[in-house]
This record gives sequence, structure tokens and C-alpha cells, in this order.
Amino acid sequence: MSTIALNTSSAIGNAAAADTRAPVRIAVKNLNFYYGDFRSLKDVSIDFYDRQVTALIGPSGCGKSTLLRTFNRIYSLYPEQRADGQILLDGQNVLSPNVDVNELRARVGMVFQKPTPFPMSIYDNIAFGIKLYERLPKSELDGRVEEALRKAALWDEAKDKLRQSGMGLSGGQQQRLCIARTIAQRPEVILLDEPTSALDPISTGKIEELIEQLRSEFTIVIVTHNMQQAARISQFTAFMYLGELIEFGPTTKMFMNPTKKQTQDYITGRFG
Amino acid sequence: MAEHIVSSYDNDLQGLRQRISEMGGIAEKMLVDSIVALVRHDRALAQVVVASDKRLDVLQREVEENAILTIARRQPLAVDLRETISAIRISGDVERIGDMAKNIGKRALAIGDDFQPQKIVVGLQHMGDLVLGQLKDVLDAYAQKDTAKALDVWKRDGAIDALYTSLFRELLTYMMEDPRNISFCTHLLFCAKNIERIGDHTTNIAETVHYLVTGETLAIDRPKNDRSIDATVAPGA
Amino acid sequence: MDTVIDNHAPTAAPAPWGRVRRSRYLADRVLKIACTLFTLLGAFVLGWILLMLLYEGIGGLSPAVFTETTPGPGTQGGGIANAIVGSLVLTTLGIVVATPIGVLAGTYLAEYGKGSVLATVIRFVNDILLAAPSILIGLFVYILMVQPMGGYSGWAGGVALAIIAIPVIVRSTEDMLRLVPGSLREAGAALGAPMSKVIVKISWKAARAGMVTGVILATARIAGETAPLLFTALNNTFWFSPTLMGGVSNLPVTIYQFALAPYENWRELAWAGALIITMSILALSVVARLILRKDRVR
Repeated sequence: MSTIALNTSSAIGNAAAADTRAPVRIAVKNLNFYYGDFRSLKDVSIDFYDRQVTALIGPSGCGKSTLLRTFNRIYSLYPEQRADGQILLDGQNVLSPNVDVNELRARVGMVFQKPTPFPMSIYDNIAFGIKLYERLPKSELDGRVEEALRKAALWDEAKDKLRQSGMGLSGGQQQRLCIARTIAQRPEVILLDEPTSALDPISTGKIEELIEQLRSEFTIVIVTHNMQQAARISQFTAFMYLGELIEFGPTTKMFMNPTKKQTQDYITGRFG
Repeated sequence: MAEHIVSSYDNDLQGLRQRISEMGGIAEKMLVDSIVALVRHDRALAQVVVASDKRLDVLQREVEENAILTIARRQPLAVDLRETISAIRISGDVERIGDMAKNIGKRALAIGDDFQPQKIVVGLQHMGDLVLGQLKDVLDAYAQKDTAKALDVWKRDGAIDALYTSLFRELLTYMMEDPRNISFCTHLLFCAKNIERIGDHTTNIAETVHYLVTGETLAIDRPKNDRSIDATVAPGA
Repeated sequence: MDTVIDNHAPTAAPAPWGRVRRSRYLADRVLKIACTLFTLLGAFVLGWILLMLLYEGIGGLSPAVFTETTPGPGTQGGGIANAIVGSLVLTTLGIVVATPIGVLAGTYLAEYGKGSVLATVIRFVNDILLAAPSILIGLFVYILMVQPMGGYSGWAGGVALAIIAIPVIVRSTEDMLRLVPGSLREAGAALGAPMSKVIVKISWKAARAGMVTGVILATARIAGETAPLLFTALNNTFWFSPTLMGGVSNLPVTIYQFALAPYENWRELAWAGALIITMSILALSVVARLILRKDRVR
């Protein structure tokens, strides 16, 4: 008799099981998004749970990055892009014109696909975000920078070169610097847009380990093309296709036994 | 189901299925032959059965290795992952079925031409037919991804257990009647037990097929009718 | 094709080697030689100019060149100290006026005005200005400043030079800012930084080396301009007025006037002036390159 456990309700890998009783942190309701005349999100409604990692998966152009970019309204940098519907962050609609986008972005941090260190020292890279909203004495600022670097598992590698340019770090280190920069602002939500697609497996592993640890403090939404990565690090997974949310559920269920045929076809590599 | 974008992935999974169906064919034939050999005292056939087991072992190892390679190479998910894992499980079950049949064959050789009470032989043959039906159906269910059929097999196993219990009692009675019967009766008892175990393996396969198709494990307990544990025959009863 | 290469190859298989026609190698070589030849020609002409400048100019270089003012007609000796200082003053004036305007306008084009009609129009006008004959700009400033102020002045010269430098700086600033990846701006905005902070702290910082280089190259460009000064700062054979009113002596116009003069010492001074101005421009260009290279290494 085989001893391989096949119980789908137990966790895959070391990611903790989905906590379906966690409070909803972000509630998206009937969200539509337009690039000019092109409607790239169609009536998307989805909940993101507090201190859980939710992975957004789907083929290129399915709208997963677009969805991510609505949460901090980064899309509003581009005049031809607009969104309608509701995105409730702790009950408040972030799409409302009354919401100060800069304040919103300090609450909802974002890390991009390509590492984007600013052309300044490692220290200043992190202090930049803090100084935007807080006026701290030097000693306290030093502490915050160290705390952020420690949380991003970069302190040991960077502590002796805080004054050196952030551009001198390796790709993986740069990406962790960007994560450190984001968490230094003490946001509530962290958005990750394919954070490891430009990194080697070792750096990817370090970032995944980091995400696992950050989960205890932050609500995390990650866009990834790597199915195994989504399965490893997320508690919930949403599959999107052609601007629509096809299926959303606990990651274990999504990857072992998805309900929708489209989801199954996509994650098993059968998309035609 | 649609084909994979990577066609060699389909070939990998197809290879697993083909090997398992070959294994199923061999196991079926071994089961049939072993019972025939037992009933007809056919030593040559019994030897054929014993020899067939080698091929089964080879195939089982191949399935296992290929399944592991598929996991390493393709990181299957959802239905593909279930398919791969199921292949490992089912090949294990079929290989065990082969072992049981081989064991029956060996006992057929050991019993030789000893007297066999007709009643027992008929009982064994009947059990063998039932289990063979189970095995055929469950292999069909696997090939056709038919859960209903698999569930049917799973439920029918109770009948085999009941038959085994009655055979068990019968054999005990013979042994108590005359100690000279003990030797071949024990052999026959083991044969009956082997057939009953083969039935159990078919239900395992049925469970795996159900999991493969639905992604759910069968939560409820299988109906068991093996009462041989409670069966006692008081001396002189 | 050489049949010796492979005796074992099946005859039906396509020949693995020798499929490229000989004529292609020939065409390849001809183009390469032509390119090399004309590059050498260009370099030769440039080298010739430099060598001639050195040959003719070094003889005229003496301490007096840097200490004495321009000599009058028929007098011996003299220097071009007043012209050197005048050129420095005019160029500095021009670049000080042009830099803030050019940098801010370039920033507008690259950061704020992306895709707007106004930006498109400005970019078009700027390109025209970049190619405008500099004598026209001299005339423009003559009408704009010299006539109303009732005379030539260093101020008018500085403004004329600034008008030449502005389009250069606008263009280089815009180009350099466009090279800053949009992801960097998004990353800044994603931290909640307002646009002004993103531009000043991130975009400018990232494009700094290129922008500085643009300003230096603009300086080199206006340092040698003659035409716009003819109608504005004119020239002066004496030390110019500290108020910069009246003619202000400068190198380009001095060279222009002295080179054609019948006096030997004037012609020598013109060569010396030309050497000085060329070397200064060369030095500025080298500095600009060094800044860019240092930035790339980092």
C-alpha cells in the first residue's frame, strides 16, 4: 500500500494553509479598467485577506498586473488609464477622488518586476520613502533603515556599504533593497509585480523566504508567471483570463483540484 | 482533455498509462492462470504464472521511475499531478496483485495432486471469478476515467469478503475433521486469502481512480464483510 | 567548394561549407575598406587643422598674450588679455542665463508635457532654433536690445549666446531624462512621492551626468560663436566697461578682425587666440566625456 499522502486539504510545501477566517483587507467590487477605449478588467470582484499571500496568475495580458496597479492607483500616472468600481481598503474606497494618492501609496507599497534602486546610496534609497512622510531625528532614521534592511534580509550584506550606491548591488540584492524600501514606510499592504522574474533561482529563493516571513505583518498580493512559485508561497490564488476573474480560492485547492476547466487547462499547461 | 502545449508532456503521461494497462493485462492473466493451475493441478501453467511476475516487477519499476522523472521535469499540477501520483499508486497495487497470483501459483505447485474437496474448489473458483471481474472493471474504470465504475467496484468488494469468510469456516471444518487435511487446507486457505487480498487491492485502485478523476479522497469507510476474525469453530461442533 | 574536405559525407546531403558566394566576401571587404578610408580622411582633415593651429599658434603664444590688451593699428606687440576675459564673461553670462531655462524647459518636455500639443510645438520650435543660423540670432538681439538700449553691450552679447545655448540644453536635458527608465519614476511614485520629488530627487539625479554634459557642450558651442556677437557685443580694443555697456572685447570677433589685418603681429595674435579657443573647447569636450564615462562605470 502506498504511503504517499494525497489529502488535498493539507498544505503544499511550507506555505501555511489558507486562513479563510482572516478578515478581508481589500475588497474589490465590480472593478472595470480601461486603457483608453480598451476595457482590460471586466467586473472583477475579489477579496484579499489580512496577512495572507494572494497570488494572481494568468496568461500575459489577462489583467493581473492591471488589477495590482489599481490598488495603489499607480495607473493614474498615465492619463489615458482609468478605473471604475470600488476597491475598499479597510472599508474606504481608494478610487474615490477624496483619497490622497500619495498617502494611499504609503499605505500600499509596491515592488516591481525589474529591481529599481534609485541612483543614490543604499541608506538614502530607504530613507527616501521614510522622509516623505515622517520627520525623524538622525538616530531614529538610522534605526528605521536598519530595521527595514534586517526585515528584508539584506542587513548583513549591506551594513558595511550603506553609503555606497544602491546600483552597485546584485540583481537579487537590489530587489531586496526595493522590498526594504517599501517596508520601511510601514505599509499595510505590499504589492509584488513578478518580483523574481528577473532573478536567478538562489535570489528567487531568498525573496520567497522573505515573502513567507513578511506575511505575519503585511497583506501581500503577488503577480507571478511561475505556477510553482504561486503554489509555494501563497495561501490564496486567483486565476484571471481576458480581464475576468475566472476562479479564486485556497491555493491548495486551486493547484490540486481547480473547479473551472480554464483554470485547470492553464495551470497544467494546456492553454491553446 | 485538451492536449498540453508541450507535446512530449502528453507522451510522458501516455507512457505511464500504457505501462499500467500492460501491467493490468499481465496481472489479469496471472490471476486467471493461477486459479486454473490450482484447480486443474496444472504444474506447467503454475510455472508460467510464477515466471510472469518478473515482467510485472520490471514494468512497475519503470512506471515509478518515469513518474518521478515527470515530476522532476514538468512539475505537474492539478489533474496531471494526480495522474502521475495515481500511476505510482496503481502500479504498486497491480504489482502486489501479481505477487499474490504468483503465490497462488507456487501453492498450486506445492499442493500437487493432493485431494481437494470439490466444495472448496468451487468456492475458490467463484471467488476468483468475482475478483477477476473486479480487476477487469477497475482497470477499465482507470482507462476510461470512470468514477461510477470505480465506485461500483469499491462497493462490490463486500461480497468477496463474505465469500472468504465462509470459505475460511469451511476449511477450518475440514482441518478439524482430519489432521491429514491440514497441510493442503492451509495452502488453500492462503490461496483464498490471496484472492481476498487481490480484491482489496482492486478497491485501492478504485479509490485511486476516484481521486484521479475528482480530486477528492473517498471519505467514508469501505464496506467490510470479512468476518473471519470472529469465526471460530468449536471442537466437535 | 573544396572536395577534399570530407570524403565520407553522403553525396545527397547539402554541402555544409561553401554555400556563401565569393562575391559576398568581396562586397563585405569593399564596404569595410571604404568606411575605413573615409574615416581616416575625416580624421586627417581634423588633424591637419589642429596641427596647423599648433604650428602657427604656438609661435604667437607669449606671456604678453595673456597680459596685454589688443594692440592698435601699426603698433608693435600687444596681447589679447581683454578678449580672453571678455569671452569668459560673455560665455559665463550666456550659460548662466541659458542653463535654468534650458533645464526647466527640457524637464517640462520630458516629464510634464509628455504627448501634449504644447510640448510637441515647443519641441518643434526648439529644433528649428537649434538649426537657426547664428547671425539671425545676432540680428534678433540687435533689434531686441541693442537698438532700445542705444548701443552695443556685453548684456546683449550674453543674451545672444544664451539663445544659442538654450535649445542645445533643452534638447540634451530632454533626451537624458527620457533615458531614465519609467520604472524608476513609477517606483518613486509608488512610495508616495509627489511628482516634483520624483523629478528632483530621482529623475534629475539619474540623468545628472548627461545633463551636466549637455551644459558643458553648450558652453563649448557658444565659446566659439562669432556671428551673434558681431551685432551685440561687437568688440573693443581696450578693457571693457565693468557695467558691460559698450563694446566688449571677445576672442571670436578679435580673431575674425585680426586674421584679415595687414599687420604681422595681429595675425600672430589671431592664431594664438584661435589656438586658445580650440584648446578650451577641446578641454571642455574631454571633461564632458569623462563625466559621462565615470557615470557609466558607476
